[in-house]
Amino acid sequence: MSHQLKERLQALAWLILPIIAALLFTAIVLLLVGAQPLQAFWEIARGALESPAKWADVLTAWVPLALVGAGMSLTFAAGLWNIGAEGQIIVGAIFATWVARNVHLPLWPTLFLVIVAGMVGGAFWGWLTGLLRVYARVHEIFGGLGMNFIATALIIWLIFNPWKPARGATMSGTEPFPPNAWVPRLGHTRLPPLAVLMAILAVLLAYYLLKGTRYGLELRAMGKNMRAAFLQGIPTHRHMLSAFILCGAMAGLAGALQATAVYHRLIPRISGGYGYAGMLVVILAGYRPEWVPAVALFFAAIGVGSPRLELNMQLDASLGGVLEGAIVLFVLLAAGLRKRLARRSS
Amino acid sequence: MDPFVINTLASIVATAAPLVFAGVGETLTEKAGVVNLSLDGTILLSAMAAFAVAYNTGSLWLGFLVAALIGMAIASIVAVGSIALEQEQVAIGFVLTMMTADLSSFLGNPYVNLPGPYVGQQPIPFLADIPLIGPVFFRQNIVIYASYLLIVLAWWWMMRTQPGLKMRGVGERPASAFARGVDVNAVRYTYTALGGALVGIAGATYSLVVKLGWSHNHTAGNGWIALAIVIFGGWDPWKVAGGAYLFGALKALGSVLQRNPAFQNVPTQIFSTAPFAMMILFLALTSSGLTDRFLDLFSPKVRNRLEAIIRGRAPAALGQPFHRD
Amino acid sequence: MRVEMRQIHKSFGPVHANAGVDLTLEAGRIHGLLGENGAGKTTLMKILSGYQSMDSGEILIDGKPVTFASPAEAIRAGIGMLHQDPLDFPPMTVLDNFLLAFDDRLIPDRKRGEAMMLELAQRFNFPLNPHVAVERLTVGERQQLEIIRLLALGAQVIILDEPTTGISAPQKVQLFATLRRLAHEEGKAIVFVSHKLEEVEALCDEVTVLRRGKVTGHKPMPVPIDELVRMMFGQSIAMPDKPPVPLGEIVLRAEKLLITGHRLEIRDASLEARAGEVIGFAGMEGSGQSLFLRTIAGLIRPKRGHIFLDGEELTGRPYREFMRAGISLLPADRIDEGLVRGLTIAEHFPLRRETPFFIDWEENRRYVEKMIEFYNIKGRPETPVESLSGGNQQRVLLALQPPKLKVLIMEHPTRGLDIGSARWVWEQLLKRREDGTVILFTSADLDEIMTYSDRVVIFFSGQMYPPIRATDLTVEELGYRIGGRAAPDAEA
Repeated sequence: MSHQLKERLQALAWLILPIIAALLFTAIVLLLVGAQPLQAFWEIARGALESPAKWADVLTAWVPLALVGAGMSLTFAAGLWNIGAEGQIIVGAIFATWVARNVHLPLWPTLFLVIVAGMVGGAFWGWLTGLLRVYARVHEIFGGLGMNFIATALIIWLIFNPWKPARGATMSGTEPFPPNAWVPRLGHTRLPPLAVLMAILAVLLAYYLLKGTRYGLELRAMGKNMRAAFLQGIPTHRHMLSAFILCGAMAGLAGALQATAVYHRLIPRISGGYGYAGMLVVILAGYRPEWVPAVALFFAAIGVGSPRLELNMQLDASLGGVLEGAIVLFVLLAAGLRKRLARRSS
Repeated sequence: MDPFVINTLASIVATAAPLVFAGVGETLTEKAGVVNLSLDGTILLSAMAAFAVAYNTGSLWLGFLVAALIGMAIASIVAVGSIALEQEQVAIGFVLTMMTADLSSFLGNPYVNLPGPYVGQQPIPFLADIPLIGPVFFRQNIVIYASYLLIVLAWWWMMRTQPGLKMRGVGERPASAFARGVDVNAVRYTYTALGGALVGIAGATYSLVVKLGWSHNHTAGNGWIALAIVIFGGWDPWKVAGGAYLFGALKALGSVLQRNPAFQNVPTQIFSTAPFAMMILFLALTSSGLTDRFLDLFSPKVRNRLEAIIRGRAPAALGQPFHRD
Repeated sequence: MRVEMRQIHKSFGPVHANAGVDLTLEAGRIHGLLGENGAGKTTLMKILSGYQSMDSGEILIDGKPVTFASPAEAIRAGIGMLHQDPLDFPPMTVLDNFLLAFDDRLIPDRKRGEAMMLELAQRFNFPLNPHVAVERLTVGERQQLEIIRLLALGAQVIILDEPTTGISAPQKVQLFATLRRLAHEEGKAIVFVSHKLEEVEALCDEVTVLRRGKVTGHKPMPVPIDELVRMMFGQSIAMPDKPPVPLGEIVLRAEKLLITGHRLEIRDASLEARAGEVIGFAGMEGSGQSLFLRTIAGLIRPKRGHIFLDGEELTGRPYREFMRAGISLLPADRIDEGLVRGLTIAEHFPLRRETPFFIDWEENRRYVEKMIEFYNIKGRPETPVESLSGGNQQRVLLALQPPKLKVLIMEHPTRGLDIGSARWVWEQLLKRREDGTVILFTSADLDEIMTYSDRVVIFFSGQMYPPIRATDLTVEELGYRIGGRAAPDAEA
């Protein structure tokens, strides 16, 4: 066996090993509640892949994960934990909803305005977190969480007060938007091709910014050492704010698309936890945008497949989240173990 | 005194108790130089487990014990992952908080909204009869009393004992601690696990003492608040506890306002989220440049005093791995 | 007590820091360990004090072989080390520092500890207040605390690593008196690690010289200076001369600056510097010289006063504009402030060069290869900067500077560099004078300041004294002035 082949196999083993460990861990969790692990995994897989309609659902769920993942690869490059993406999705959806409710133009001009509004809303919310970080020296994890809480309160207030439907406010959200603010879907599926296209563009943008531009290089320098980057003459404050704004715009776009392409209305849980899940995606992707699409697809499949557990096995769908978290955790731990073993043998 | 006021004050003291456990626990962890970001999920999972164990066995103490062990186990993953395996502390903590939150939902599903055992009132004779102070502080139960004791004990341990001295040294400058024969990583493992156990107890305190029972996301958000008040309290157990009581007061204020007819149109969710947002705002204000300008109004001597009160300095080696060579 | 180190070997990656070193220490004697920066002195002493492991070799105490897995074991055997940057806990009080890992009961007896500390401090005339934070002490006082702590722990062998760096002349006098007393009256074995010949000459009873990890000589003192030099350097290497360059117009003018730092306030700081001038800033660590230079660099905003460059006012503008105007700062901490740890050499250049928004990485690589060759950097474009040696890091930093600078500010330009790199750095700096660049630099090495400065600015606890021409000053005088006193003969 050639040396190179051996190395490749080893790398592959280090990739598969933590996934097996995560599956084993999840299996133990299932056994704890007296469920059949293999059956549960099978249900998740079937729930995600059994029909073209499901594939379309997976791709639909992929869009917000890929968008948030692309945006966060920028903030992570600058060493920032933009945990506020959740709130940025919500505010993006809110801005988009305002336009959808108040602008009455033909389909495409309306959609254009809705999407731009979503991006502006998310960018605005990201900018606020950035301001807290830069000028009030609040760590972005806490600033972002605070902004998430505020966004959550805001969306509930809007749905229960000014935007409540005529038949009375409920958790099921506002009245549906007028159809001129609906992103067209592919055939009879729920998949909006336009949204997929925009997510692909966002990933490409993040990739080229980081690999090929001065701005990306400067963000990476900040991520390695903020102080040293500043001493090199990089405008760290401005770049931090712009990274938050760019990430916020992508998260806001995700929120706008959730509202106009998926639900056709504003609902209280519009963000669907994609802000936090997106963060797991980027961590698992090793903070590199080029790996975001694949990881996001995997997570989207788990997310679409796991509600099947409730239908067929009377289990809570949160098992999907457990599986996702376990995979990221074991991949991180395995990476550390591999480094440690390599150092010991050298 | 108005019984309504006394009841409100007593409820503030009670609702702050879990945050005292979690906040002081995390303070110990961070003083040794480790950030355990998994608090929110840990509290959820341990709250769920404590309730489930107490429900099934009828033993409240077994519930607390299991919760403490779970907190310890999760914290140990953070410690092993970041110290032995050199992965980013914040990343591991974040992943754990996500995963354990989902785990609590999944495993806790059968226990949602069940009535179960809880720790009842246990007034302390004599002390409970002191006007105002008695009913507010001493007509609670043993868990709440333990939270008072923890504040004193943690402060004393940190400032007056040799292990506490070593712990502070390790968080401040591990190389110096090592040069004096302190096993830096052993100290870090110990206090991460100990802090985690206290966070687990915080979870049990929710489900068995102050927010009885279990529901999905029963305690969500409180772990983040605990992390915030450690910073807010400048890594000082007294001030951290002060932050916990302040948060309890904000929550109580919310429920008082909510009952006021003037606010009847405001949805309840606003009142439940507002304290979280306000807490963060508070944190923002005290650490912002505005405060600097305010402090600059005073003479350097007064300024330094005031600054020491308003702000604490983070342990210098917080979150940094230690290598011997 | 007699300590023998035999055939000590220690490597860090490709660097053979100790290559078979023998060293014998005797009670009652001050042993000088002399060598250039990077000769392996600190590594050897860290091994002896249990801080570092050795690859091979043995350590004998009174003939019996011992091994130290940690500094705690070494101190139990009676060997203690005072590190160059004292290993203490700055925000904690002097007493807490003293007690940590000393009184090893659950609750240390603070009263007894304080009494013991004060007694030791008094014995050596150390003015230590047990209740202030260590961060408020000078480096000299922090050393004093470490010395009495080691004595309290029962150290019989005390190692001091470059203890005279960053302390004033009076503190140095006191330190030397203390060391003589410890060795000659109390029978301790003292190891005095230094790269300064005249200090070894003044203090030590015997000397061992290290060069590139090997012992090049071991002799009782006195040893003629030129022989020590030959043992240290192989052949004596002259530092570059400073050819005179005619000074030009006034380039930089600082007027009555008021600067407030963490614990320091500098008032009425004024300076005028002419094109091609070299000004050295002397003072103990934390006396204000760094604060002043970082204000000139635009990193700190003065509360009052003005900064002019070529007649144009820069006061209050952001740091980036100071840079654009032609002022550049090379920080003392080259790897954590100067360069960006984690980026490669090639990735550093687009940060400083005129580069279009879309980087042409091919063109950049060709440019970087040229710079690597021109500046003689031992590394490739894709080498991460943290894997470079200190000298090569400084070379990269100089290569990154734009060609025509108005003011170049260097913090400790040669700290930690081997003699070859130090020499090269000064050649580069002196060459820059020909373009009219003003060089401002700080150094803890007073010889360096005296050798290269046209004028010297002295700082003492926040007070900035007017510049003195280097020709009107001697090294001894400078040593006393940075301690806030006039030299003894000047007082008389």
